[in-house]
Amino acid sequence: MIDIGLGHYLTLGAVIFSIGVIGIFLNRKNIIVILMSIELILLAVNINLVAFSIYLGDLAGQVFTLFILTVAAAEAAIGLAIIVVYFRNSGTIRVEEIDKLKG
Amino acid sequence: MIAHAIFFYTFSIIAVVSAIMVTASKNTVHSVFFLILDFISISCLFIMIGAEFLGMIMLIVYVGAVAVLFLFVVMMLNVAQQKNQWFAGQSTSKHIPVGLIISTLIFFEIIIVIGGWKYKPEIFDINNSLANTSVSNTHSLGQILYTDYIHVFQISGMILLVAMIGAIVLTFRQRFGVKRQSYIKQISRERVEGVEVLEVQSNKGVKIDD
Repeated sequence: MIDIGLGHYLTLGAVIFSIGVIGIFLNRKNIIVILMSIELILLAVNINLVAFSIYLGDLAGQVFTLFILTVAAAEAAIGLAIIVVYFRNSGTIRVEEIDKLKG
Repeated sequence: MIAHAIFFYTFSIIAVVSAIMVTASKNTVHSVFFLILDFISISCLFIMIGAEFLGMIMLIVYVGAVAVLFLFVVMMLNVAQQKNQWFAGQSTSKHIPVGLIISTLIFFEIIIVIGGWKYKPEIFDINNSLANTSVSNTHSLGQILYTDYIHVFQISGMILLVAMIGAIVLTFRQRFGVKRQSYIKQISRERVEGVEVLEVQSNKGVKIDD
């Protein structure tokens, strides 16, 4: 319990990943919170990569974390731009009212 | 070792609680602030276990750019103002049990994998070869990022460029009735259109038609 090892970090990653998945499912408010849940999931992946990279002494994990960070930033920018355009066209970003694709 | 444990539990509890608050908070602005808190505590964890460069980059990129982008969009779309209208008369959705089941399943699957995993003991011995070198984390990361991973690095730059262009193209809106500069028009202007030499007669003046 006191001796912090790889398993602790992986468990933290698993907890945050699950909270992100719960956030996507339970969200009834607006799409922005769904985007934030996706950011949480990517954060959990980053925790796993960094923990393995530190404990195995291999820097490749940190390099890939850097690339995940890049992709996450690009995804957030594009997603928010799409949300802004959608709000301008339809006047709402509430999850229940977005049913143009009849999904 | 005890200090390590104390810091780990402090930051991870803050991270988990704020992650729950991101999804559970009624107000979207509060969710964004809890997201910022989450990123800050996770980057503290990164710095603590020795990935200083990534921790700092996380602070700069997420707290400095992405979270502010989220805040900006939330405030621009007036989400907080329409809160009362949006949350009025919400019925319980049928997605909630499905979501809970799926996410608890995922969680226990990951926990089973982590718990049942047997690491080879010598895999941790390789560890010290790189950790004991005198160069810092940032230095060693730069040494492999610009040599072995240079192509991937360039491609990630391209991804950022495409994302930037895409965001601008998506949100660009042509407004009518606004005076704009037209470079082509300005450059292709001839002398004849602008200047005219007139013979001014005394005491008569010159009539200028608009």
